[in-house]
Amino acid sequence: MSLYQMQKFLFDINRDPAVQQRFLVERTQVLSVYDLTLEERDAIIAGDIGLLYVLGANGQLLMHYAALLGMEWSAYIAAMREGVRKYGPVRAGLYSMTTGLEEKVADV
Amino acid sequence: MSLVFAGIVSHAPGITGRAQMGDAGIVQEFHSAFRSLGERLAESRPDALVVVSAEHFANFFMNNMPAFAVGMADHYEGPIEDPAWLGIARTKVPGDAKLSLRLIREIMQTVDVAYAEEWKFDHGIMVPLHFLTPRYDVPVIPVNINCQGPPLTPLHRAWAFGEAIRRAADSLPQRIALVGAGGISHWPATPDSGRINEAWDREFLASWAANDKAAMLSYTDEATYRDAGQGGFEIRAFIAVAAAARGRGTVQHYRPIPIFAVGCTVAAMNIGE
Repeated sequence: MSLYQMQKFLFDINRDPAVQQRFLVERTQVLSVYDLTLEERDAIIAGDIGLLYVLGANGQLLMHYAALLGMEWSAYIAAMREGVRKYGPVRAGLYSMTTGLEEKVADV
Repeated sequence: MSLVFAGIVSHAPGITGRAQMGDAGIVQEFHSAFRSLGERLAESRPDALVVVSAEHFANFFMNNMPAFAVGMADHYEGPIEDPAWLGIARTKVPGDAKLSLRLIREIMQTVDVAYAEEWKFDHGIMVPLHFLTPRYDVPVIPVNINCQGPPLTPLHRAWAFGEAIRRAADSLPQRIALVGAGGISHWPATPDSGRINEAWDREFLASWAANDKAAMLSYTDEATYRDAGQGGFEIRAFIAVAAAARGRGTVQHYRPIPIFAVGCTVAAMNIGE
């Protein structure tokens, strides 16, 4: 259930400006209501988009979350590739990587 | 009165948000085709625009995921995304709750739908509106088909839903326009973003334009995932439009634009009997 919980957090923060504001000042407290593994919790707190991607976060949730963190498009794509390089293939979900680590599909 | 307009368009966020990163001529050609479809839509003098889209967790999540949902409010807001990221200013979009109610009542005679009196538009609806009704002067009725969280809405149910939309539109005095928004093959929001299976897209669009029901419903989710990526699941929106329109389609624009992550599509379908 924890992937569900991690995605629930992303859903909540993406759509609710109040959660966004609270998360800026009290990350740990905001996360305390979600049943997360330590790895998921640390990845969110660190803003580790690559690890969240590898853990199976749905790309449509992750993409908007990355934008919320102020990541440019090319940085977001690079962060996911770096996540796969560092942590291995995507472990769950539908948004696995099918291209090579050195492949820049749209030149980014 | 009836269904007066039917079309399909791409809705990827890069179309507006990464417009500056694409080849200017190619982008302009696509954007022009998109706006032209908006002009045709306006010529049909619609009282309301039904946008069947595949949303991306702006409103619906895996805690309570409807196979179909229809908005029922007098206004909506969007985009839910950072406006600077999407390249579309946040705004209030008019709806028509009473009209939604009447549509939903009739649709429900054959298809179970969820209704929503709150709805935040994401790029799935905002990108189409940005080009089709840029002044937000036509009331919008948002519709979602679950293309995101498995188990997904079966294709034949998307077809039945389109038939129900047509029956409902024809039962009303208002003039209803219908637009399906989504991608064909694409691998959005992943490192694969920009991968596009053009042959797959062209085959699907040919089936859509011919309104070949059997061909459109022949895709399995497994094959679509393999050949067209998770973005390919959004063919449900296009299938519903074909079922509603009962006509033949014309593809005004199709071209893969990798930085937009999708084969950029603009197509209209005449309204059959």
